[in-house]
Amino acid sequence: MSVSLLYAFAGVALCAMGGLGFTVLEHLLRKLLAFNLMGSGVFLVLVGLAQHRGVPDPVPQAMVLTGIVVTIAATALAVVLMRRYYHLSGQTGLVVCEERKEPME
Amino acid sequence: MTDWLIDLTLVVALLVTGAATLLSRDLFRAVVMFIAFGLLMSLGWVRLHAPDIALAEAAIGAGLSGVLLLDAARHLGEVRRPSQRGEGEESD
Amino acid sequence: MGRLTLVTAGMVFSGVFAGLAWAVWTIAEAPVPVSLPTLVSENLQAAGVEHPVTAVLLNFRSYDTLLEIAVLVIAGIAGISMSRTRSLEDPGLRTSDSLLYALERWFFPVMMLFAGYLLWAGSDRPGGAFQAGSVLAATAVLMRLGGVPMDFLRPGVMLRLGLTVGFSVFLVVALASALDGDVFLQYPEVITKPLIVLIETGLTLSIAMVLLALFVAAPIDPAEELEEGGAE
Repeated sequence: MSVSLLYAFAGVALCAMGGLGFTVLEHLLRKLLAFNLMGSGVFLVLVGLAQHRGVPDPVPQAMVLTGIVVTIAATALAVVLMRRYYHLSGQTGLVVCEERKEPME
Repeated sequence: MTDWLIDLTLVVALLVTGAATLLSRDLFRAVVMFIAFGLLMSLGWVRLHAPDIALAEAAIGAGLSGVLLLDAARHLGEVRRPSQRGEGEESD
Repeated sequence: MGRLTLVTAGMVFSGVFAGLAWAVWTIAEAPVPVSLPTLVSENLQAAGVEHPVTAVLLNFRSYDTLLEIAVLVIAGIAGISMSRTRSLEDPGLRTSDSLLYALERWFFPVMMLFAGYLLWAGSDRPGGAFQAGSVLAATAVLMRLGGVPMDFLRPGVMLRLGLTVGFSVFLVVALASALDGDVFLQYPEVITKPLIVLIETGLTLSIAMVLLALFVAAPIDPAEELEEGGAE
């Protein structure tokens, strides 16, 4: 096992954490943060796994580079959409209020 | 040996800041944790021999997404969470 | 969030973690049929640039980069059309902090220089259009926060040009080579490097513009937001 593989496993853990957060958290901005964590995990898996023999591999590095820029654009677009949604509905989560009259806890 | 120690510390720090992003109650703190996570990711890319990605991540993670998300967090602060009844009343 | 949902989701994602970890371990054990790093370094002579990552981005896999900038342009347009401000360059939305303003008069030239250096460095060492674009976007965001008027953000020729210049330059080069009888996106051998630098310059401008436009499109008029946000 090499050092790069350690990062790949960290990426796997981040993927699972981010996925869990994305499904469980209610606030849209928190969902977005969780989704970003998941994306970072995917990038780590991509590069870490490709380089686990110790040779730097430019191909996944280039893919991750484009991926990071697309991620920030998608995040910014999501923030724009989110603020528009909040502006129109006054809510920060996707749950409709009527369904949650009885407190669950 | 030192290499392993550095990488292990970095990975643990990544996972801890990632978990803190998801778990912190305060939205502002979550965003700050996310920015810290981005900076640590940038260090991680350096350790993975990917200086290109490290540069992009530092500029984007620290500069752009920090500003964007902090601004959004200020505007979408958790005032109206329906599950907290004491605070939810102001919306109806 | 109900406890049951929480436990179920936790179990599901523990399963996801285990499965992914197993997959990563298996792939790491398996022998690789083709070694991409050697393939890249063998063909680096023909790429026109000396830095392998830039060569992959703008020569070997330029199709990906072309589609990537297309995605960025679409995201930028979507963001702008979603914004509620009358114009992206609304003086009322500029914060004016005199300290920030003074600071960035020092910062701004340095950051521009840094972005230019990154762009230029991309051909033979770490750097390139993406890093330069993000540094440029960060600079522009800083300028925006410091209250520097940015007339080019008004709807008009400059905004459209800025958003699309990278994609159009890239597409023109790709089509020109295709019309010339080569494969789509195959650069002519003699001028490979100038073409790549040209495309990178366009990409830098466009990436910076898209990110800046998305950042600027985010705020909705604060007064309006408070008013309507409360009335559910």
